[in-house]
Amino acid sequence: MVNFGNVLQGYLAATQQMLSGDQLNNTKMAITTYTLPTLPYAYDALEPYISREIMTLHHEKHHQAYVTNLNAALQAHVAAVTAGDIASQIALQASIKFNGGGHINHSLFWLNLSPSDAPETKPDAAPSLQTEIEKTWGTLDAFKKAFSATLLALQGSGWGWLVKEGASLRIITTKDQDPVVGGEIPVLGVDMWEHAYYLQYLNGKAAYVENIWNVINWKTAEERFLGTGESILEAPNGSI
Amino acid sequence: MSATLMRTAPVLRAAARASGAVKPMAMASTSFVRGKATLPDLSYDYGALEPHISGKIMELHHKKHHQTYVTGLNSALETIGEAESKGDFTKAASVAPLLNFHGGGHLNHSLFWENLAPASRDGGGEPSGSLKKAIGEDFGSFDTLRKQMNTALAGIQGSGWAWLVKDKQSGTLGVVTRANQDPVTGNFVPLLGIDAWEHAYYLQYENRKAEYFEAIWNVVNWKTVASRFDKS
Ligand SMILES: [Fe+2]
Ligand SMILES: [Fe+2]
Repeated sequence: MVNFGNVLQGYLAATQQMLSGDQLNNTKMAITTYTLPTLPYAYDALEPYISREIMTLHHEKHHQAYVTNLNAALQAHVAAVTAGDIASQIALQASIKFNGGGHINHSLFWLNLSPSDAPETKPDAAPSLQTEIEKTWGTLDAFKKAFSATLLALQGSGWGWLVKEGASLRIITTKDQDPVVGGEIPVLGVDMWEHAYYLQYLNGKAAYVENIWNVINWKTAEERFLGTGESILEAPNGSI
Repeated sequence: MSATLMRTAPVLRAAARASGAVKPMAMASTSFVRGKATLPDLSYDYGALEPHISGKIMELHHKKHHQTYVTGLNSALETIGEAESKGDFTKAASVAPLLNFHGGGHLNHSLFWENLAPASRDGGGEPSGSLKKAIGEDFGSFDTLRKQMNTALAGIQGSGWAWLVKDKQSGTLGVVTRANQDPVTGNFVPLLGIDAWEHAYYLQYENRKAEYFEAIWNVVNWKTVASRFDKS
C-alpha cells in the first residue's frame, strides 16, 4: 500500500513524542534524511514522448531541490522544537508541505511511468483497475478523456491524480506540490508543472497530455489500486 | 495604462457586477455592450530584451501564452453574457474562476510588457525622482527593494507573480505576491510586476530561476513604474 502521508505523519509523531517528554531540551531527535530515488529506467527511456533533457533536469535538479529543501526544513524544524520556538515551527510548515509534497509526488510519478515498449504500458497490465475504471467511466477511453480534460483545466502549477477512495475511483487535482493526503490512495499522478513539458512541448500542453498515455505504467497503477505494491516511503533501499 | 487595458477594465467591472447580481433581466440589456479584449502590441521587438530574456521566450510568452489568456477572457465573458441574458446567474457565477484566471492573466501580462524595456533604451538602472524618494523611505534603499522582490519571487511555491505595489490608503510601497494569475486588486496599485511562471524563463534559465530573477532587473522600465506611481 502506498502510504504517502508518512513523511509528515511520522515526523509530526516524532515531534509530538518529543514535546511530551520532560527532557525536552536535552533530547536529541533523530530525523530521517531523505534522498533522491533512483529512476528505474534511463533518462532517455521515455522518448519520444518525454525527452531525455526534460527527464534529466526534472529528476536531477527539480526533484533533488525538493529533497534538499525538505531535509533543510525538517532540520530547521527540529532546531525550532528544541529551542521551544513555536513561531518558527509554524513558519516552517509551508516549506515542509511544499518540499515534502514535491518529494512524494515526484517519487510516485517516476514509478507510474515506463518506457512505451514495455508490457507495463499496456492497460492489460491492470485488469482489476481497468474493470473498476469501466464501471466508473464506461470505457477506458472515456476515463482518459475525463482525466486529460481535468489536467488541461488546471490553473497554474499542480498535479492530476486518479485516486482510490474506499472502493471507488475519482479524478482529482492538487495545487502546486500539495500531496494527496487523507483517505485517498494515489493510483496515477501526472505532473502539470510547466517544467514537466516545456522544453519539448512549449505552450502545447495538450500534446504532452495526449502523449503521456504512451508511457503510463499500468502495472504500478494496478498494484497501487490493489494495495499490493510496496510503499514508496518504506522502500527497503531507503531510497525515499 | 494602455488602450487595451482601458478597454478591458470596464468589462471586468461589468462582469463582476453581473456575476454577483441578483437583479433580474433589466440589467442584461445594458451591461454587456462591450468590446473584446485584444492582445496588446509590444513596444519593442521580441529579441530586444536579450541577453536577459531570449527572443524565443518573449515570442511564445506574448503570442501564445498571453493570447491564450485573451481568448479565455473573451470566452468567459461571452459565457457570462449569455447566462445573464437568460437570467441564469448560477451559471454566470460559475464562470468566476475562469474570469479571474484569464482576466488576471491578461491584465498581469499587459502590465508586465510595459514595465519592461530593452537595456539599451529605458531598461535597467535605478528609479529616480519621487519614486526613488518613496523607495528610500519605505525600503531603506533600492538595493533592499531588489532583495525583497527577489526573496518574494524565490518564495513563490508554484506559479505566480511578485509585485511592487502602492497602498492607496497609506501611500506606502510594499512587495506582494499573487498565486497563478490572481491580479493585484483592492487597496493596492500595481507598479512593477515580475512573472514567476516557469514559462517566463524556462527555455533560457531552466531550473535556475534565481538567475532569471537577477537578470530581469536589467530590463525593468523605471519610467513606466514611476509614471504608475505618480498617477496613483
Ligand atoms: Fe515536477
Ligand atoms: Fe506569463
